[in-house]
Amino acid sequence: MGKTFAVKALERASGESDLVPGQIVDAYPALYMSHTATWRCIKTWERMGEPELFDKDRIAMVMDHISPAQTSKIAGDHRLSREFRDRMGIRNFFDVNAGIAHVVLMEHGLVKPGDLIIGTDSHSTIYGALGALGTGVGFSEITAAWVTGKLWMRVPESMKVVVQGPLPEGVYPKDVMLKLIGDISADGATYFSVEFHGDWVESLSTSERMTLCNLAMEAGAKNAVVPPDAETMRYLVEHGVDLDTVRPLHSDPDAVFAREIRLDGRSLEPQIAVPHNVDNVVPISEVAGTRVDQVFIGSCANAKYDDLAIAARYLKGNTIAPNVRLVVTPASADIMAKAAADGIVSTLIEAGALITNPGCGACAGSGGAMADGEVTLSTANRNFRGRMGSYESSIYLSSPAVAAASAVTGVITDPSRVLV
Amino acid sequence: MSITATDRLGGRSIVFGDDVNTDVIIPGRYLVSIDPVELGTHAFEPLGPEVQARLKESPVVVAGRNFGCGSAREQAATCLIGIGVKAVVARSYSRVFFRNAINTGLVAVECPAAVDAIQEGDDVWVDYEAGTVTVRDATYPFAPFPPVLREILEAGGLVEHLMKKFAKEKD
Repeated sequence: MGKTFAVKALERASGESDLVPGQIVDAYPALYMSHTATWRCIKTWERMGEPELFDKDRIAMVMDHISPAQTSKIAGDHRLSREFRDRMGIRNFFDVNAGIAHVVLMEHGLVKPGDLIIGTDSHSTIYGALGALGTGVGFSEITAAWVTGKLWMRVPESMKVVVQGPLPEGVYPKDVMLKLIGDISADGATYFSVEFHGDWVESLSTSERMTLCNLAMEAGAKNAVVPPDAETMRYLVEHGVDLDTVRPLHSDPDAVFAREIRLDGRSLEPQIAVPHNVDNVVPISEVAGTRVDQVFIGSCANAKYDDLAIAARYLKGNTIAPNVRLVVTPASADIMAKAAADGIVSTLIEAGALITNPGCGACAGSGGAMADGEVTLSTANRNFRGRMGSYESSIYLSSPAVAAASAVTGVITDPSRVLV
Repeated sequence: MSITATDRLGGRSIVFGDDVNTDVIIPGRYLVSIDPVELGTHAFEPLGPEVQARLKESPVVVAGRNFGCGSAREQAATCLIGIGVKAVVARSYSRVFFRNAINTGLVAVECPAAVDAIQEGDDVWVDYEAGTVTVRDATYPFAPFPPVLREILEAGGLVEHLMKKFAKEKD
């Protein structure tokens, strides 16, 4: 019987063989990421008596959720993190100027196919865009991994998601994922390793694959993966990875999937997650015309270079509606630099956008808060009640195209209805 | 807090529905703290002071499917410990919340039959050793924790578990 990607990746990380789903193993990740939670890890490590680190080069730290610091408490947390870096010689440290951890680590060649990567962030599933097994854990587990090098992992069952394309004009990977989450619900993939397959998936760029693997978490997935291929190798080379060090893993052709889902994207409408759950998904025709006070283009789901380029396409030569604020937060410094160099940033500014520094921004509640009764249309991955300010405000989720088109009209708008 | 294999945990219960997410359990703005008691004062704040007052009197949190979905924030478990919750009984958990519960020493059991039976305010008892949830006079079994998870829970969490292990190795 064939093995799935997840079984193979956990066999590699644990050194064990013939694993089956349901087993619990000690697994040794290739990388342990901590973001703004880094100071909590350091405090925990101090409480443990400052034990020796297992492998400091597997530690990665990114100051992304609240950057730059908004309070002296947070400034102190950042300082503690820098002091730890200097004292312990942590090489993979990215400060408040870098951007969102997930995107930054991939851009810096720290994510490789077949690796097990854990992070203090639920959206660590995103590393599957490069064929890695990424999953989120709490800060105590990251601290434990610093010291022991390992964590317990349950070998997951696998779910195969096959998407048929091409998608209609104005419809994007975000719409496919919202549709999937709406169909299978917020716990439809809980404990599963989700694999994306099919010609359409193979045709996607690594950036688009990030959107798939990132959002799989919102259906409860333990991890999500697009099988690594020529596009993966292209991305890795572009970001300085020596391909001789890369050992990709793929599910065997006869691997057993506990569940298989087929999704036909060919006639899909843009999808919207309406308040206050990500699986509360409707086609845009049901909510078109809903007033928005703020549009947020940001987050690890949809603030990559191509997302900003799509937004710029809809905003070029247009001006955002009066009474709408458009907040754009590029996912990383590299993305922001590229978008600035080729005019995307000026297009957005000319249309009326507020461009913030790269990072998690409003998605993590850092800036962009709403007052009672206000509505934000966001390209992020979560619309939970109170996540962006008032408990009496509302968040709708969409693709960058819908977000940009809606910023122009001031109401939720199908991008195919805006001239480009 | 650490528990022993013979501990029977419980008391009055507070009942929630499906998909209770981490932003509701502990809003992101309070993550600047790691003190369980301070975090506990903000637990379930988005649902209002009446819910928070009931939570304070309820050592058992009962929920439907997918409890703790959303963020990987460990404080979603520690804030419950901070306000005095001894056990969570749910139909199912998001995987990160479940890990965080075990790793912070919070007993979280999956027992759909018990959830069906529990009414708001019922006394609910979780017998960790026997693997049962008792509601009024009825008893419902749940699958026992694997040994590795039991060890962590009984030590009072992952960090405490490791500290005990290191201390033993030094002796």
